[in-house]
Amino acid sequence: MISIPCPYCGPRNSGEFRHVGESRPRPDPQTTTPQEWRSYLYLRANPQGWTTESWYHAAGCRRFFQLERSTDTDEVRALADRNMT
Amino acid sequence: MGSNGQRQAVNGQRTGARSRLPAKYSALALVKRGATHSDWPLSWRTHELRSRYDVVIVGAGVHGLATAYYLAANHGVTNVAVLDKSYLGGGGSGRNTAILRANYLTPEGVRFYDRSVKLYENLASTLNFNVMFSQRGHLTLAHNDSSLRTMRWRAEVNKLQGVDSEVIGPDEVKRLAPYLDVSTHTRYPILGALYHPPGGIIRHDAVNWGYARAADALGVEIHQNTQVVGIDVAAGDPGKVTGVRTTRGAVSAPVVINCTAGWATTIADLAGVALPITTHPLQAAVTEPVKVFLRTVVVSGSLHVYVSQTDRGELVFGASVDPYPSYSTRGSLEFIEEVASHVLELMPAIAKLRVLRQWAGLCDMTPDYSPIMGLTPVDGFLVDVGWGTYGFKAGPVSGEAMAELVATGKTPELIEPFTLSRFDTGDLVGEKGAAAVGH
Repeated sequence: MISIPCPYCGPRNSGEFRHVGESRPRPDPQTTTPQEWRSYLYLRANPQGWTTESWYHAAGCRRFFQLERSTDTDEVRALADRNMT
Repeated sequence: MGSNGQRQAVNGQRTGARSRLPAKYSALALVKRGATHSDWPLSWRTHELRSRYDVVIVGAGVHGLATAYYLAANHGVTNVAVLDKSYLGGGGSGRNTAILRANYLTPEGVRFYDRSVKLYENLASTLNFNVMFSQRGHLTLAHNDSSLRTMRWRAEVNKLQGVDSEVIGPDEVKRLAPYLDVSTHTRYPILGALYHPPGGIIRHDAVNWGYARAADALGVEIHQNTQVVGIDVAAGDPGKVTGVRTTRGAVSAPVVINCTAGWATTIADLAGVALPITTHPLQAAVTEPVKVFLRTVVVSGSLHVYVSQTDRGELVFGASVDPYPSYSTRGSLEFIEEVASHVLELMPAIAKLRVLRQWAGLCDMTPDYSPIMGLTPVDGFLVDVGWGTYGFKAGPVSGEAMAELVATGKTPELIEPFTLSRFDTGDLVGEKGAAAVGH
């Protein structure tokens, strides 16, 4: 169990949250190619180390936010700009 | 396995005045060597890393070792190096719950895993290594109407592919596994099960060691503690692999195969190949050993748990992958709490059993819960990855198919559905319903 620093509720157990995934910009549907859509849909960086990702506080404030986590150690740190892009 | 490895390599790193080649194992040899206590041979040798190989395989787990073995045994390709950043069989191949089965959902999946079970059935004599495959039967429990419907579906698909599977009722479940609570007043009543008699458990370390020893005897070089830190790709369209750089020096090779499971994307990134894979830990636990009371393997999708009893008497528990990607192999309290409560739903009688230990392995999850095998956009860089929670049971057939691909240059029909390009064409092989539990 890791502790997730919810920017609205403070630190809570990760069981209260849903992991949304790596933060990635969504391509513009008007201009994107099918290949870009497939990449957006399926490909992940999956780094071994620090990554920026989105979480959803499902059993709390029910808000989305971003944080930084090391996938090597599960160490977590809050992001300065914490709102979901 | 990185710094989290907790188990020691049993052999392979020792040197000294021992037999240079593995001897044949037999009861007679055991008695002879036991009586004289002399010259227990090494199972595989250590080598200096050479500067050139025909094939470099990254990852000395069951997939990498099986690929190397079948390259040498079936196709006579012996100038092969298997590289691992740690000790062989230290990743998922030594951390899984050792369950083998072929009762999948899609015809592609069933054919593929059935071939694997067939290879496992003869593996002990093929490798001259006792892998302790015990085909004790496999029960997938259904707790509601919709899962019973899926079991029926799977049973029919299995039968069409010639795989022994049938749906059975609670009475038959009780007969096969008397300690299961089949009463109807539970929160998750057992309405029936998919019974798969050829399924069972095996000793996973023996499979790794057996493949390593047999491949070594045929001339394959196994290099432990040799981490790949770079992959050289000649520019062009498509680019072409020319070799790898390791912590022990550079190696040139026209073919590089990525068999690194949880670390698949870190290796593919070195070759500039993007894979639709995320790495999740999958935890497991064992209890103290008790007398044998559970013969079959029991799986419950609704309760996110699978249980089997080893030959030593320990109950082995597994569950679903951790809910966020990670390369950490630390166990968590929430896992053991959850798995204990779910197992007690199934078998209230074991409430006093104590858990001995828990551990985690890394799973390379794909969007459709099927593996990614074969060619990539980079010429000569092959993948055998995306094995998620079901890689161990596919080790032999994957090795056989990947070896055929390397030797003939043609993708075998059996693994065509699992090509990386399926994510571009949209031909996904959806195995979410049957690949594991709780996804």
